[in-house]
Amino acid sequence: MATTSKEITVNMGPQHPSTHGVLRLILELDGETVVSCAPHLGYLHRGSEKLAENRTYQQIVPLTDRFDYLSCGNNNLAYAIAVEKLMGIEVPERADYLRTIVAELSRISSHLLWLATHAADIGAVTVLLYTLREREEILELFELLTGARLTVSYVNIGGVRRDATPEFIARCKDFMSRFPAKIDDYDTLIMENRIFVGRTKGIGIISYDEAIDWGLTGGSLRGSGVDYDLRKAAPYAAYDRVEFDVPLGKTGDVYDRYIIRVEEMRQSVRIINQCFRDMPDGPVKADIPTVSLPPKDRVMADIETLAHHFVLVSKGFTVAPGEVYVGCEVPKGELGFYIVSDGSSSPLRMKVRSPSFVNLQCLPRMVKGHMIADIVSCIGSIDIVLGEVDR
Amino acid sequence: MEPPIIIELLGEKFPGEVLASGESLGQSWVSLKRDRLADICKYLKTTPEIKMDYLIDVTAVDWLPRTPRFEVVYHMRSIKHGSSLRLKVPVEEDDPKVPTVTGVWLTANWHERETFDLMGIIFEGHPDPRRILMPDDWEGHPLRKDYPLGGYDWEFKPW
Repeated sequence: MATTSKEITVNMGPQHPSTHGVLRLILELDGETVVSCAPHLGYLHRGSEKLAENRTYQQIVPLTDRFDYLSCGNNNLAYAIAVEKLMGIEVPERADYLRTIVAELSRISSHLLWLATHAADIGAVTVLLYTLREREEILELFELLTGARLTVSYVNIGGVRRDATPEFIARCKDFMSRFPAKIDDYDTLIMENRIFVGRTKGIGIISYDEAIDWGLTGGSLRGSGVDYDLRKAAPYAAYDRVEFDVPLGKTGDVYDRYIIRVEEMRQSVRIINQCFRDMPDGPVKADIPTVSLPPKDRVMADIETLAHHFVLVSKGFTVAPGEVYVGCEVPKGELGFYIVSDGSSSPLRMKVRSPSFVNLQCLPRMVKGHMIADIVSCIGSIDIVLGEVDR
Repeated sequence: MEPPIIIELLGEKFPGEVLASGESLGQSWVSLKRDRLADICKYLKTTPEIKMDYLIDVTAVDWLPRTPRFEVVYHMRSIKHGSSLRLKVPVEEDDPKVPTVTGVWLTANWHERETFDLMGIIFEGHPDPRRILMPDDWEGHPLRKDYPLGGYDWEFKPW
Protein backbone atom coordinates (compact mmCIF):
# COMPACT_ATOMS: atom_id res chain seq x y z
CA MET A 1 0.00 0.00 0.00
CA ALA A 2 1.41 3.33 -0.97
CA THR A 3 1.79 5.87 1.81
CA THR A 4 1.82 9.59 1.34
CA SER A 5 3.83 11.89 3.53
CA LYS A 6 2.17 14.97 4.88
CA GLU A 7 4.05 17.95 6.23
CA ILE A 8 3.11 19.23 9.63
CA THR A 9 3.85 22.61 11.17
CA VAL A 10 5.46 22.68 14.60
CA ASN A 11 6.04 25.73 16.72
CA MET A 12 9.34 25.72 18.62
CA GLY A 13 9.71 28.48 21.19
CA PRO A 14 9.67 31.32 22.08
CA GLN A 15 9.84 29.64 25.48
CA HIS A 16 12.08 26.68 24.82
CA PRO A 17 15.27 25.76 26.71
CA SER A 18 17.22 24.97 23.55
CA THR A 19 16.55 28.19 21.69
CA HIS A 20 18.86 30.06 24.10
CA GLY A 21 16.37 32.82 24.72
CA VAL A 22 13.10 33.99 23.27
CA LEU A 23 13.54 32.74 19.73
CA ARG A 24 10.58 31.25 17.95
CA LEU A 25 10.99 28.85 15.06
CA ILE A 26 8.14 27.77 12.80
CA LEU A 27 9.10 24.37 11.49
CA GLU A 28 7.66 22.45 8.58
CA LEU A 29 8.33 18.80 9.23
CA ASP A 30 8.08 15.75 7.07
CA GLY A 31 8.17 13.06 9.73
CA GLU A 32 11.27 14.04 11.67
CA THR A 33 12.96 15.77 8.76
CA VAL A 34 13.00 19.55 8.61
CA VAL A 35 11.55 20.84 5.35
CA SER A 36 11.73 24.50 6.25
CA CYS A 37 12.42 26.64 9.25
CA ALA A 38 11.33 30.24 9.72
CA PRO A 39 12.77 32.17 12.68
CA HIS A 40 10.58 34.83 14.29
CA LEU A 41 12.47 37.46 16.24
CA GLY A 42 11.78 40.60 18.16
CA TYR A 43 10.55 39.30 21.48
CA LEU A 44 13.42 41.06 23.22
CA HIS A 45 13.47 44.18 21.06
CA ARG A 46 14.04 47.17 23.33
CA GLY A 47 14.72 49.80 20.71
CA SER A 48 18.30 50.36 21.80
CA GLU A 49 19.15 52.27 18.63
CA LYS A 50 16.26 54.67 19.17
CA LEU A 51 17.21 55.06 22.83
CA ALA A 52 20.78 55.84 21.85
CA GLU A 53 19.60 58.76 19.73
CA ASN A 54 18.15 60.31 22.88
CA ARG A 55 21.09 59.81 25.23
CA THR A 56 24.50 61.35 25.63
CA TYR A 57 27.49 59.42 24.38
CA GLN A 58 28.52 58.34 27.89
CA GLN A 59 25.01 57.18 28.72
CA ILE A 60 25.03 54.76 25.80
CA VAL A 61 27.80 52.64 27.34
CA PRO A 62 25.40 50.83 29.74
CA LEU A 63 23.02 50.26 26.81
CA THR A 64 25.74 48.35 25.00
CA ASP A 65 26.04 46.05 28.02
CA ARG A 66 22.57 44.82 27.25
CA PHE A 67 23.22 43.62 23.71
CA ASP A 68 25.28 40.54 24.36
CA TYR A 69 24.94 40.35 28.11
CA LEU A 70 27.39 37.46 28.28
CA SER A 71 30.37 39.46 27.06
CA CYS A 72 29.75 43.06 28.05
CA GLY A 73 33.42 44.02 28.08
CA ASN A 74 33.60 43.44 24.32
CA ASN A 75 30.47 45.46 23.61
CA ASN A 76 31.69 48.43 25.64
CA LEU A 77 35.01 48.22 23.84
CA ALA A 78 33.54 48.21 20.34
CA TYR A 79 31.35 51.21 21.14
CA ALA A 80 34.13 53.14 22.87
CA ILE A 81 36.51 52.60 19.96
CA ALA A 82 33.89 53.88 17.51
CA VAL A 83 33.34 57.09 19.49
CA GLU A 84 37.06 57.55 20.06
CA LYS A 85 37.70 57.22 16.35
CA LEU A 86 34.98 59.79 15.69
CA MET A 87 36.57 62.20 18.17
CA GLY A 88 40.21 61.38 17.44
CA ILE A 89 41.00 60.36 21.01
CA GLU A 90 44.21 58.48 21.79
CA VAL A 91 43.88 56.02 24.64
CA PRO A 92 46.75 55.51 27.13
CA GLU A 93 48.70 52.31 26.59
CA ARG A 94 47.84 50.78 29.95
CA ALA A 95 44.15 51.23 29.18
CA ASP A 96 44.67 49.39 25.89
CA TYR A 97 46.08 46.40 27.72
CA LEU A 98 43.37 46.46 30.40
CA ARG A 99 40.75 46.60 27.65
CA THR A 100 42.29 43.60 25.98
CA ILE A 101 42.34 41.68 29.25
CA VAL A 102 38.68 42.43 29.94
CA ALA A 103 37.70 41.62 26.36
CA GLU A 104 39.44 38.26 26.50
CA LEU A 105 38.08 37.43 29.96
CA SER A 106 34.62 38.21 28.58
CA ARG A 107 35.35 35.97 25.62
CA ILE A 108 36.29 33.08 27.88
CA SER A 109 33.24 33.57 30.07
CA SER A 110 30.96 33.78 27.03
CA HIS A 111 32.49 30.66 25.49
CA LEU A 112 32.16 28.80 28.79
CA LEU A 113 28.45 29.48 28.94
CA TRP A 114 28.14 28.61 25.27
CA LEU A 115 29.93 25.29 25.84
CA ALA A 116 27.73 24.54 28.85
CA THR A 117 24.45 25.12 27.05
CA HIS A 118 25.58 23.68 23.73
CA ALA A 119 26.68 20.41 25.32
CA ALA A 120 23.66 20.26 27.61
CA ASP A 121 21.33 20.68 24.62
CA ILE A 122 22.88 17.64 23.00
CA GLY A 123 22.65 15.59 26.17
CA ALA A 124 26.09 16.02 27.75
CA VAL A 125 24.85 17.80 30.86
CA THR A 126 27.96 17.13 32.94
CA VAL A 127 30.03 19.75 31.12
CA LEU A 128 27.72 22.46 32.37
CA LEU A 129 28.66 21.80 35.97
CA TYR A 130 32.36 22.19 35.20
CA THR A 131 32.24 25.22 32.93
CA LEU A 132 29.93 27.21 35.17
CA ARG A 133 32.37 26.63 38.02
CA GLU A 134 35.12 28.39 36.06
CA ARG A 135 32.75 31.03 34.77
CA GLU A 136 31.90 31.90 38.36
CA GLU A 137 35.58 32.60 38.98
CA ILE A 138 35.68 34.98 36.02
CA LEU A 139 32.55 36.76 37.22
CA GLU A 140 34.22 37.19 40.61
CA LEU A 141 37.23 38.68 38.85
CA PHE A 142 34.91 41.12 37.09
CA GLU A 143 33.34 42.02 40.39
CA LEU A 144 36.77 42.72 41.81
CA LEU A 145 37.81 44.86 38.87
CA THR A 146 34.61 46.69 37.99
CA GLY A 147 32.15 46.22 40.84
CA ALA A 148 29.69 44.39 38.61
CA ARG A 149 29.50 40.76 37.55
CA LEU A 150 27.66 40.89 34.24
CA THR A 151 26.89 44.38 32.98
CA VAL A 152 30.32 45.73 33.69
CA SER A 153 30.40 49.06 31.76
CA TYR A 154 34.12 48.95 32.41
CA VAL A 155 35.43 50.30 29.15
CA ASN A 156 34.62 53.97 28.80
CA ILE A 157 35.18 56.54 26.13
CA GLY A 158 38.78 57.61 26.58
CA GLY A 159 39.98 54.64 28.58
CA VAL A 160 38.70 52.37 31.30
CA ARG A 161 36.72 53.22 34.39
CA ARG A 162 39.41 52.41 36.93
CA ASP A 163 42.82 50.83 37.24
CA ALA A 164 43.35 47.17 38.09
CA THR A 165 44.24 46.52 41.71
CA PRO A 166 47.21 44.28 42.63
CA GLU A 167 44.71 41.81 44.07
CA PHE A 168 42.89 41.56 40.74
CA ILE A 169 46.13 41.05 38.86
CA ALA A 170 47.29 38.35 41.28
CA ARG A 171 44.00 36.47 41.20
CA CYS A 172 43.65 36.76 37.44
CA LYS A 173 47.19 35.44 36.89
CA ASP A 174 46.45 32.60 39.26
CA PHE A 175 43.28 31.74 37.36
CA MET A 176 45.10 31.86 34.05
CA SER A 177 47.68 29.38 35.32
CA ARG A 178 44.99 26.91 36.33
CA PHE A 179 42.51 27.39 33.48
CA PRO A 180 44.23 25.57 30.55
CA ALA A 181 44.09 22.30 32.51
CA LYS A 182 40.36 22.82 32.94
CA ILE A 183 39.90 23.16 29.17
CA ASP A 184 41.61 19.78 28.81
CA ASP A 185 39.07 18.43 31.30
CA TYR A 186 36.18 19.63 29.14
CA ASP A 187 37.79 17.97 26.15
CA THR A 188 37.96 14.62 27.91
CA LEU A 189 34.26 14.94 28.70
CA ILE A 190 32.95 15.56 25.20
CA MET A 191 35.58 15.76 22.49
CA GLU A 192 35.51 12.02 21.81
CA ASN A 193 32.16 11.34 23.39
CA ARG A 194 30.40 9.12 20.85
CA ILE A 195 27.01 10.71 21.33
CA PHE A 196 28.38 14.25 21.10
CA VAL A 197 30.47 13.49 18.02
CA GLY A 198 27.60 11.58 16.41
CA ARG A 199 25.28 14.51 16.87
CA THR A 200 27.68 17.20 15.70
CA LYS A 201 29.87 15.76 12.91
CA GLY A 202 28.46 16.31 9.43
CA ILE A 203 25.57 18.40 10.77
CA GLY A 204 24.78 21.89 9.53
CA ILE A 205 27.63 22.08 7.02
CA ILE A 206 28.30 25.53 5.60
CA SER A 207 30.88 25.78 2.82
CA TYR A 208 33.62 28.41 2.55
CA ASP A 209 31.84 30.56 -0.06
CA GLU A 210 28.45 30.18 1.53
CA ALA A 211 29.76 31.30 4.91
CA ILE A 212 30.99 34.55 3.35
CA ASP A 213 27.81 35.05 1.33
CA TRP A 214 25.65 34.61 4.43
CA GLY A 215 27.79 37.18 6.21
CA LEU A 216 28.77 34.82 9.00
CA THR A 217 31.42 36.03 11.41
CA GLY A 218 33.32 34.74 14.39
CA GLY A 219 33.54 31.04 15.12
CA SER A 220 30.77 30.32 12.61
CA LEU A 221 32.83 31.84 9.78
CA ARG A 222 36.15 30.33 10.83
CA GLY A 223 34.51 26.94 11.27
CA SER A 224 34.10 26.95 7.49
CA GLY A 225 37.81 27.61 7.06
CA VAL A 226 37.70 31.33 6.29
CA ASP A 227 40.77 32.89 7.86
CA TYR A 228 39.23 36.12 9.03
CA ASP A 229 39.52 37.56 12.50
CA LEU A 230 39.18 41.30 13.07
CA ARG A 231 41.72 41.11 15.86
CA LYS A 232 44.24 40.24 13.14
CA ALA A 233 42.71 41.98 10.10
CA ALA A 234 42.03 45.33 11.78
CA PRO A 235 43.73 45.23 15.18
CA TYR A 236 42.34 47.36 17.98
CA ALA A 237 43.25 47.80 21.67
CA ALA A 238 46.48 45.85 22.25
CA TYR A 239 45.86 43.03 19.78
CA ASP A 240 48.61 44.25 17.48
CA ARG A 241 51.12 43.80 20.30
CA VAL A 242 50.26 40.23 21.33
CA GLU A 243 50.77 36.92 19.60
CA PHE A 244 47.97 34.47 19.10
CA ASP A 245 46.73 31.96 16.56
CA VAL A 246 43.40 31.94 14.79
CA PRO A 247 42.04 28.39 14.76
CA LEU A 248 40.31 27.32 11.55
CA GLY A 249 37.88 24.52 10.74
CA LYS A 250 37.86 22.30 7.67
CA THR A 251 34.38 21.01 6.97
CA GLY A 252 32.26 23.79 8.46
CA ASP A 253 30.01 21.51 10.51
CA VAL A 254 28.80 21.85 14.09
CA TYR A 255 31.78 19.87 15.39
CA ASP A 256 34.29 22.21 13.73
CA ARG A 257 32.63 25.24 15.24
CA TYR A 258 32.85 23.55 18.61
CA ILE A 259 36.57 22.76 18.22
CA ILE A 260 37.30 26.34 17.20
CA ARG A 261 35.63 27.99 20.14
CA VAL A 262 37.37 25.69 22.60
CA GLU A 263 40.70 26.50 20.96
CA GLU A 264 39.86 30.21 21.11
CA MET A 265 39.68 29.94 24.88
CA ARG A 266 43.25 28.62 24.93
CA GLN A 267 44.34 31.52 22.73
CA SER A 268 42.58 33.96 25.04
CA VAL A 269 44.65 32.65 27.94
CA ARG A 270 47.78 33.25 25.85
CA ILE A 271 46.70 36.81 25.09
CA ILE A 272 45.88 37.63 28.72
CA ASN A 273 49.21 36.25 29.93
CA GLN A 274 51.08 38.39 27.39
CA CYS A 275 49.07 41.43 28.42
CA PHE A 276 50.05 41.01 32.05
CA ARG A 277 53.66 40.57 30.99
CA ASP A 278 53.79 43.68 28.78
CA MET A 279 51.35 46.04 30.48
CA PRO A 280 53.10 49.32 31.32
CA ASP A 281 52.32 51.56 34.28
CA GLY A 282 50.58 54.82 33.69
CA PRO A 283 47.20 56.47 33.44
CA VAL A 284 44.12 54.49 32.39
CA LYS A 285 42.07 57.42 31.07
CA ALA A 286 42.88 59.87 28.32
CA ASP A 287 43.65 63.26 29.84
CA ILE A 288 40.97 65.17 27.96
CA PRO A 289 38.92 67.36 30.31
CA THR A 290 36.01 67.62 27.89
CA VAL A 291 35.56 63.84 27.83
CA SER A 292 37.05 62.16 30.89
CA LEU A 293 35.53 62.58 34.31
CA PRO A 294 37.81 64.32 36.85
CA PRO A 295 39.29 62.27 39.74
CA LYS A 296 36.58 61.54 42.28
CA ASP A 297 38.57 62.65 45.33
CA ARG A 298 38.99 66.12 43.87
CA VAL A 299 35.30 66.39 42.95
CA MET A 300 34.46 66.59 46.62
CA ALA A 301 37.33 69.00 47.38
CA ASP A 302 36.98 71.98 45.03
CA ILE A 303 34.05 73.64 43.33
CA GLU A 304 35.56 73.86 39.83
CA THR A 305 36.03 70.11 39.65
CA LEU A 306 32.56 69.53 41.05
CA ALA A 307 31.06 71.80 38.37
CA HIS A 308 33.16 70.06 35.73
CA HIS A 309 31.92 66.65 36.90
CA PHE A 310 28.32 67.86 37.02
CA VAL A 311 28.33 69.32 33.52
CA LEU A 312 29.99 66.26 32.03
CA VAL A 313 27.52 63.87 33.63
CA SER A 314 24.36 65.88 32.97
CA LYS A 315 25.04 67.49 29.58
CA GLY A 316 27.64 65.14 28.19
CA PHE A 317 30.07 66.23 25.51
CA THR A 318 29.56 67.04 21.86
CA VAL A 319 31.09 65.17 18.98
CA ALA A 320 32.09 66.86 15.73
CA PRO A 321 29.91 65.96 12.72
CA GLY A 322 31.05 62.85 10.93
CA GLU A 323 30.41 59.19 10.50
CA VAL A 324 32.36 56.07 11.31
CA TYR A 325 31.99 52.32 11.17
CA VAL A 326 34.03 50.24 13.60
CA GLY A 327 33.85 46.47 13.86
CA CYS A 328 35.32 44.44 16.69
CA GLU A 329 35.73 40.70 17.10
CA VAL A 330 33.43 39.76 19.97
CA PRO A 331 32.85 36.13 21.04
CA LYS A 332 29.93 35.79 18.61
CA GLY A 333 31.55 37.44 15.64
CA GLU A 334 31.82 40.97 14.30
CA LEU A 335 30.06 43.56 16.39
CA GLY A 336 29.94 46.78 14.42
CA PHE A 337 28.92 50.29 15.38
CA TYR A 338 28.00 52.73 12.65
CA ILE A 339 27.68 56.11 14.30
CA VAL A 340 26.59 59.29 12.54
CA SER A 341 27.12 62.48 14.48
CA ASP A 342 25.49 65.82 13.71
CA GLY A 343 27.63 67.74 16.18
CA SER A 344 25.32 67.40 19.18
CA SER A 345 25.85 65.44 22.39
CA SER A 346 23.96 62.38 21.22
CA PRO A 347 24.33 60.44 17.96
CA LEU A 348 22.05 61.21 15.02
CA ARG A 349 22.06 57.52 14.20
CA MET A 350 23.69 54.56 15.87
CA LYS A 351 23.37 51.33 13.97
CA VAL A 352 24.46 48.17 15.73
CA ARG A 353 25.59 45.42 13.42
CA SER A 354 25.16 42.49 15.75
CA PRO A 355 26.83 39.18 14.93
CA SER A 356 24.06 37.03 16.42
CA PHE A 357 21.44 38.64 14.19
CA VAL A 358 23.42 37.98 11.05
CA ASN A 359 24.56 34.49 12.03
CA LEU A 360 21.04 33.45 12.98
CA GLN A 361 19.90 34.20 9.46
CA CYS A 362 21.85 31.16 8.29
CA LEU A 363 19.99 28.76 10.61
CA PRO A 364 17.23 27.75 8.14
CA ARG A 365 19.93 26.89 5.60
CA MET A 366 21.86 24.84 8.18
CA VAL A 367 18.96 22.73 9.40
CA LYS A 368 17.24 22.07 6.10
CA GLY A 369 17.08 18.33 5.45
CA HIS A 370 18.35 17.41 8.90
CA MET A 371 16.38 15.80 11.71
CA ILE A 372 14.43 17.95 14.14
CA ALA A 373 16.86 17.04 16.94
CA ASP A 374 19.71 18.54 14.91
CA ILE A 375 18.14 21.97 15.15
CA VAL A 376 19.31 22.31 18.73
CA SER A 377 22.86 21.34 17.74
CA CYS A 378 22.81 23.99 15.02
CA ILE A 379 21.39 26.72 17.24
CA GLY A 380 24.04 25.90 19.79
CA SER A 381 26.79 25.96 17.21
CA ILE A 382 26.08 29.46 15.91
CA ASP A 383 26.16 30.77 19.49
CA ILE A 384 23.41 33.37 19.58
CA VAL A 385 22.30 35.67 22.35
CA LEU A 386 18.81 36.99 21.83
CA GLY A 387 19.58 40.26 23.57
CA GLU A 388 21.91 40.97 20.68
CA VAL A 389 19.67 39.59 17.95
CA ASP A 390 16.77 41.84 18.93
CA ARG A 391 18.65 44.76 20.49
CA MET B 1 42.52 47.67 -4.96
CA GLU B 2 42.38 50.83 -2.89
CA PRO B 3 38.87 52.25 -2.28
CA PRO B 4 39.53 55.61 -4.04
CA ILE B 5 40.58 53.72 -7.18
CA ILE B 6 37.47 51.54 -6.93
CA ILE B 7 35.32 54.66 -6.78
CA GLU B 8 37.12 56.10 -9.81
CA LEU B 9 36.50 52.84 -11.66
CA LEU B 10 32.81 52.96 -10.75
CA GLY B 11 32.58 56.42 -12.27
CA GLU B 12 34.05 55.14 -15.54
CA LYS B 13 32.08 51.91 -15.65
CA PHE B 14 28.73 53.42 -14.64
CA PRO B 15 28.75 56.99 -15.98
CA GLY B 16 26.32 59.33 -14.29
CA GLU B 17 25.60 56.97 -11.40
CA VAL B 18 28.13 58.34 -8.92
CA LEU B 19 26.73 61.42 -7.18
CA ALA B 20 29.58 62.16 -4.80
CA SER B 21 32.42 60.47 -3.00
CA GLY B 22 34.85 61.18 -0.25
CA GLU B 23 36.62 59.98 2.81
CA SER B 24 35.56 60.22 6.44
CA LEU B 25 38.10 59.30 9.11
CA GLY B 26 40.01 57.09 6.70
CA GLN B 27 36.88 55.30 5.49
CA SER B 28 35.92 55.82 1.86
CA TRP B 29 32.34 56.39 0.87
CA VAL B 30 30.55 56.86 -2.40
CA SER B 31 27.07 58.20 -2.98
CA LEU B 32 25.12 56.55 -5.79
CA LYS B 33 21.88 56.90 -7.72
CA ARG B 34 19.54 54.10 -6.85
CA ASP B 35 18.50 52.86 -10.29
CA ARG B 36 21.47 50.65 -11.10
CA LEU B 37 22.41 49.84 -7.52
CA ALA B 38 22.05 46.06 -7.89
CA ASP B 39 24.23 46.09 -11.03
CA ILE B 40 26.89 48.15 -9.30
CA CYS B 41 26.88 45.83 -6.30
CA LYS B 42 27.18 42.82 -8.56
CA TYR B 43 30.09 44.45 -10.32
CA LEU B 44 31.79 45.20 -6.99
CA LYS B 45 31.32 41.64 -5.84
CA THR B 46 32.28 39.75 -8.97
CA THR B 47 35.23 41.79 -10.32
CA PRO B 48 38.30 39.82 -9.15
CA GLU B 49 40.45 42.91 -8.37
CA ILE B 50 37.70 44.43 -6.19
CA LYS B 51 35.87 41.36 -4.88
CA MET B 52 33.67 42.95 -2.24
CA ASP B 53 32.39 39.51 -1.29
CA TYR B 54 31.35 40.36 2.22
CA LEU B 55 28.38 42.61 2.92
CA ILE B 56 28.78 43.81 6.50
CA ASP B 57 25.65 45.79 6.99
CA VAL B 58 22.70 47.57 5.41
CA THR B 59 21.04 50.41 7.23
CA ALA B 60 19.48 53.83 6.71
CA VAL B 61 19.85 57.27 8.20
CA ASP B 62 16.95 59.69 8.63
CA TRP B 63 18.20 63.22 7.90
CA LEU B 64 14.91 65.04 8.63
CA PRO B 65 14.41 67.93 7.75
CA ARG B 66 17.02 67.69 5.00
CA THR B 67 16.04 66.54 1.50
CA PRO B 68 16.43 63.89 0.29
CA ARG B 69 15.36 62.73 3.71
CA PHE B 70 16.78 59.21 3.84
CA GLU B 71 20.12 57.74 3.06
CA VAL B 72 20.43 53.97 2.69
CA VAL B 73 23.92 52.90 3.73
CA TYR B 74 25.77 49.74 2.72
CA HIS B 75 29.03 48.63 4.30
CA MET B 76 31.04 46.07 2.43
CA ARG B 77 34.43 44.48 2.64
CA SER B 78 36.73 42.29 0.63
CA ILE B 79 37.97 39.39 2.72
CA LYS B 80 40.69 38.69 0.18
CA HIS B 81 41.99 42.23 -0.34
CA GLY B 82 41.14 43.67 3.06
CA SER B 83 39.61 46.85 1.62
CA SER B 84 36.22 48.17 2.64
CA LEU B 85 33.74 50.61 1.16
CA ARG B 86 30.61 52.47 2.19
CA LEU B 87 27.84 53.01 -0.36
CA LYS B 88 25.18 55.61 0.27
CA VAL B 89 21.97 55.91 -1.67
CA PRO B 90 19.86 59.02 -1.01
CA VAL B 91 16.09 58.50 -1.30
CA GLU B 92 13.18 60.91 -1.07
CA GLU B 93 10.59 60.79 1.69
CA ASP B 94 7.62 60.34 -0.67
CA ASP B 95 9.31 57.60 -2.66
CA PRO B 96 11.50 55.64 -0.21
CA LYS B 97 12.45 52.83 -2.53
CA VAL B 98 15.71 51.17 -3.48
CA PRO B 99 16.31 47.97 -5.44
CA THR B 100 17.15 44.94 -3.32
CA VAL B 101 20.65 43.47 -3.28
CA THR B 102 19.54 40.08 -1.96
CA GLY B 103 20.40 38.66 -5.37
CA VAL B 104 24.01 39.70 -4.85
CA TRP B 105 24.59 38.80 -1.20
CA LEU B 106 22.36 36.33 0.66
CA THR B 107 23.03 38.14 3.91
CA ALA B 108 21.25 41.28 2.66
CA ASN B 109 17.88 39.63 3.27
CA TRP B 110 17.50 40.26 7.01
CA HIS B 111 19.41 43.54 6.92
CA GLU B 112 16.93 44.89 4.38
CA ARG B 113 13.97 43.54 6.34
CA GLU B 114 15.26 45.32 9.42
CA THR B 115 15.78 48.56 7.55
CA PHE B 116 12.24 48.34 6.18
CA ASP B 117 10.85 47.52 9.60
CA LEU B 118 12.52 50.29 11.55
CA MET B 119 13.03 52.99 8.91
CA GLY B 120 10.36 52.29 6.31
CA ILE B 121 12.62 51.94 3.29
CA ILE B 122 11.05 49.68 0.67
CA PHE B 123 13.43 47.28 -1.01
CA GLU B 124 11.96 46.53 -4.40
CA GLY B 125 12.16 42.89 -5.42
CA HIS B 126 12.88 41.65 -1.90
CA PRO B 127 11.84 37.97 -1.64
CA ASP B 128 10.34 38.26 1.83
CA PRO B 129 9.34 41.88 2.55
CA ARG B 130 7.96 41.48 6.08
CA ARG B 131 8.75 43.19 9.34
CA ILE B 132 11.36 41.41 11.40
CA LEU B 133 11.73 42.95 14.86
CA MET B 134 8.40 44.69 15.40
CA PRO B 135 5.05 42.81 15.43
CA ASP B 136 3.49 42.25 12.00
CA ASP B 137 0.59 44.63 12.68
CA TRP B 138 2.76 47.48 13.96
CA GLU B 139 2.10 50.88 12.46
CA GLY B 140 4.86 53.31 11.64
CA HIS B 141 8.61 52.90 11.59
CA PRO B 142 10.17 53.52 15.00
CA LEU B 143 13.60 54.77 13.95
CA ARG B 144 12.21 57.65 11.92
CA LYS B 145 12.91 60.98 13.54
CA ASP B 146 9.24 61.99 13.60
CA TYR B 147 8.31 58.84 15.54
CA PRO B 148 8.02 59.70 19.25
CA LEU B 149 10.42 58.01 21.66
CA GLY B 150 7.62 56.66 23.82
CA GLY B 151 5.64 55.40 20.82
CA TYR B 152 1.98 56.06 20.11
CA ASP B 153 -0.93 54.93 22.29
CA TRP B 154 -2.15 52.07 20.21
CA GLU B 155 -3.65 48.82 21.20
CA PHE B 156 -2.55 45.71 19.39
CA LYS B 157 -4.38 42.50 18.94
CA PRO B 158 -3.30 39.66 21.24
CA TRP B 159 -0.77 37.15 19.89
